[in-house]
Amino acid sequence: MAEALHALTASAGPEARAPRHLLRLAPVLTVAAFAVPIACGLVGTLMPAFGYLPAIGGDHWSLDPWRALRDAPGFFTSLQLTLVVGWASTLISVLLALAAAGFLHHRAGAKRLGAVLAPLLAMPHSALAIGFAFLILPSGWVVRWVSPGLTGWTIPPDVGTVGAASGWPLIAALVMKEAPFLLLMILGALNQVRAPAQVAAARALGYGPVLAWFKVVLPQVYPQIRLPIYAVLAFSLSVVDVAIVLGPGNPPTLAVQAVRWFSDPDTARYFPAAAAATLLLGVVLASIGAWWLAERLARPLFRRWLERGARGGASVPASGVVTVAGAVLAVLAVLSMLGMLLWSVARPWRFPDAFPPGLTLETWTRQSSQLAGPAWTTLFVGVASTVLALVLTLACLENESRSTRPVDRTAPAVSARSAVSASVWLLYLPLLVPQIAFLFGLQVLLIRLGLDATVSAVVWAHLVFVLPYLFLSLAEPWRAFDARYARAAASLGASPWRVFWRVKLPILLKPLLIACAVAFAVSVGQYLPTLFAGAGRVATLTTEAVTLSGGADRRVIGTWAGLQALFPLLAYLLATLVPRLLHAHRKGLA
Amino acid sequence: MLQRRDFTFLTTALLTSPWAMAQAPAAWASILGKARGQTVYWNAWAGDEKTNAFIAWVGEQVKSRHGVNLVHTRLKDTSEAVTRVIAEKSAGRNEGGTVDLIWINGPNFLAMKQQGLLYGPVTPSLPNFKYVDVTQKRSNLIDFTTPVDGLAVPWSLAQIVFVYDSARLRNPSELPRSAPAMLDWARRHPGRLTHPKVSNFLGSTFLKQALVDLIADPAVLQLPATDASFAPVTAPLWAWYDPLKPTLWRQGQQFPDNGSAQRQLLNDGEIDITISFNPSEAAASVSAGLLPATVRSFTFRKGTIGNTSFVAIPYNAAHKEGALVVANFLIDPQAQARAQDIQYLGNLNVLDLSTLPASDRARFDRLTPSATLPSAAELGAPLLEPHASWMTRIEAEWQKRYTR
Repeated sequence: MAEALHALTASAGPEARAPRHLLRLAPVLTVAAFAVPIACGLVGTLMPAFGYLPAIGGDHWSLDPWRALRDAPGFFTSLQLTLVVGWASTLISVLLALAAAGFLHHRAGAKRLGAVLAPLLAMPHSALAIGFAFLILPSGWVVRWVSPGLTGWTIPPDVGTVGAASGWPLIAALVMKEAPFLLLMILGALNQVRAPAQVAAARALGYGPVLAWFKVVLPQVYPQIRLPIYAVLAFSLSVVDVAIVLGPGNPPTLAVQAVRWFSDPDTARYFPAAAAATLLLGVVLASIGAWWLAERLARPLFRRWLERGARGGASVPASGVVTVAGAVLAVLAVLSMLGMLLWSVARPWRFPDAFPPGLTLETWTRQSSQLAGPAWTTLFVGVASTVLALVLTLACLENESRSTRPVDRTAPAVSARSAVSASVWLLYLPLLVPQIAFLFGLQVLLIRLGLDATVSAVVWAHLVFVLPYLFLSLAEPWRAFDARYARAAASLGASPWRVFWRVKLPILLKPLLIACAVAFAVSVGQYLPTLFAGAGRVATLTTEAVTLSGGADRRVIGTWAGLQALFPLLAYLLATLVPRLLHAHRKGLA
Repeated sequence: MLQRRDFTFLTTALLTSPWAMAQAPAAWASILGKARGQTVYWNAWAGDEKTNAFIAWVGEQVKSRHGVNLVHTRLKDTSEAVTRVIAEKSAGRNEGGTVDLIWINGPNFLAMKQQGLLYGPVTPSLPNFKYVDVTQKRSNLIDFTTPVDGLAVPWSLAQIVFVYDSARLRNPSELPRSAPAMLDWARRHPGRLTHPKVSNFLGSTFLKQALVDLIADPAVLQLPATDASFAPVTAPLWAWYDPLKPTLWRQGQQFPDNGSAQRQLLNDGEIDITISFNPSEAAASVSAGLLPATVRSFTFRKGTIGNTSFVAIPYNAAHKEGALVVANFLIDPQAQARAQDIQYLGNLNVLDLSTLPASDRARFDRLTPSATLPSAAELGAPLLEPHASWMTRIEAEWQKRYTR
């Protein structure tokens, strides 16, 4: 596996000097940092799924774990729920993102969309889920606004929302996070396609703006958002924290069921748990395969649609409606966050009051001593995993740009392109494999190494997820760096390192800090990796907020989830402010 | 048979205590010495903010008194800690374990005791254990019919009560004071009653309490449930629950995760009656702004089940001395009085107050008063917990019957 990334990032000639040897190790180290734990973890989960885990008495291979899984009460409902939630939220997210991109791409302000979406993306999944739950409960904020005035309800209606068996709140919350993510991915991919010119040409031929986008731009953009879509599909099928907060409890989704069994005092439950985790891996792989197959089947249909050349249709109003639906979801997401913060400063606030009877900082002061420890841990783990990931990523990218010839952008060699796509697949690996499928195996490994329950184990587990995000965010701007600056500096006698520190870093500071903010946000949001690698001993804002969401006082949950949501936001704020302050005197860099 | 076992155990407890007491001062001084500077990881369920605050206070106290650092390992479920010890045992880590102290009882305690995962007996070495009531509060020695054998230190007593809002249920004579009456009430008020999900201990407790109330001779529940006995003994429970379930909140399709989620439903006005395992929880919740001031408690006419929460030390704990110091502090009259004060926690104490020095006894007279607290007479004598196997089987049977 390491070769693929290596092929992309290093092909150093024999003239390479000593420091280059260290750099040349970077791709291997980078791949090892996330591939080794995943590979070991998968093996450690697969073995008990087939009955083998001598430590707890599983000393022969068997299919019993699978029989136990099949016979578990509610197993088929659980599997069905998993599939419905995973597919529905992915399909809706893709539809929303495509429609919004088609509707908005030619409008003023489309470029600033990223800045609007960043806070939504930065918000940890579980914080959003907790806030959304406050909003949509029968006794939640939305019903409180209209009760009893419009509804006549003095007591909340007996209607299931949070935890509804159909899983719709879970789907809605996932869409709130995944649709903006895909939209940003599409907007990013648009930069590499001459979209405005092509759309203009199509419009000159009589196509409407939206139709032109779908017919001309989408086919070029799609290959670049395929992996993000697969990642969304994998994530939605296997998400745990959001499903704990918003999903049905009896039976829950397959991933939550596996986590429950893994934490059962009866060790015999490890076997069906491992089987469930393995099944989930199979479900994810099969779903990605099905999506890929659907792409193949859709291709001739799409081509025929293109060739028919129809101009008309209701594409503008239709995509407008879908975009508005997306905007409503975005507003709900913002309200979820505000509601959470409002609860954290509310005096006792009962149904059907639309607003708290008074505001107070009492909950914050009362909670401060308990919040402090997990908040520092969150900060430390986030910063540590981000810095590690940054060093590895920079080493890889620097190694790549110093190797004989960088990937030639204008006429990419076939081998270079296939190496790029192979390495991108590799980077997406942690986002495509369900967390639960390898975390138990990883925990067993960590215990054997005596590393479990340490902060360093948690940092490592976070690195597995932080690294790909940081690499993917930073690689694009880094490769787009105009090499002439470096050559100019070199011709003035600067060493490669001096060029790196004095020319590249300052110019690329802004994308670098944004990539770090993304990475930090990813770390803050990690629930399952923290739980397993930290053995429940390393408490972060996320693990605490999810733990409390089971039923603690809403004012208290509000402080935890609120702080959890504020951390990544502050990171983003810093990432945008620092270049402005540092480069106030340099036009174009601030 | 049961009585003989109780007797044997009580005798052991009574005989060992004075013996231990004689050696205690020197041994305890050495424990205190070793404990100083240790960091104790107390694995405790963290779903309740007041309990978390109490644990934090215990941490401050043991730090200033004995130099012991206490870290609250926050659990979503006690079983997480049990799993952890099991995982360590299976990985061969027989010392230097990561769990020093567990808040435990019921099936988790039974599992750890059966698998030899507990350190001890520890109670004989604790100077404060002499204050613990081992005659009236029998659940301090018998946890769900499992003899504790000194392997766990009682620190909090619980008894089932039902909590309601007197502003909505105005007529006390209509309160359902038995399981059959509760079914009638639920039929008349559909959607206004629920219980925590059955995999939560309070949820299965709801069913267990109903079972104790429904069957003619609850004594059979003191024996382990068997394949032969389970079906006939629990038949009345399912006959009662089948018609009850569709009348519950959300038509019995959804259940709150735990007691605090259920309390939140009462506060939101989504339901009218909740079950609680803590007689002063309602009062404590009122003062914390978690429930309206109009809530009151009631119990069943035939009485309700009571049990004890313990702390136990895993066999491989890295900081056993520190854990002992924390356990001993938990049964200190000062800690017990604070725990019982609704301003802080509101848990019933495990002590025999008549054994306390007058100054310590007076602490219990100065507790924060509340109209919401049920009197000792209203509570009645706690009934013994059924054997843990009943709870396990009831939970499994419920999952089998109602999870589709």
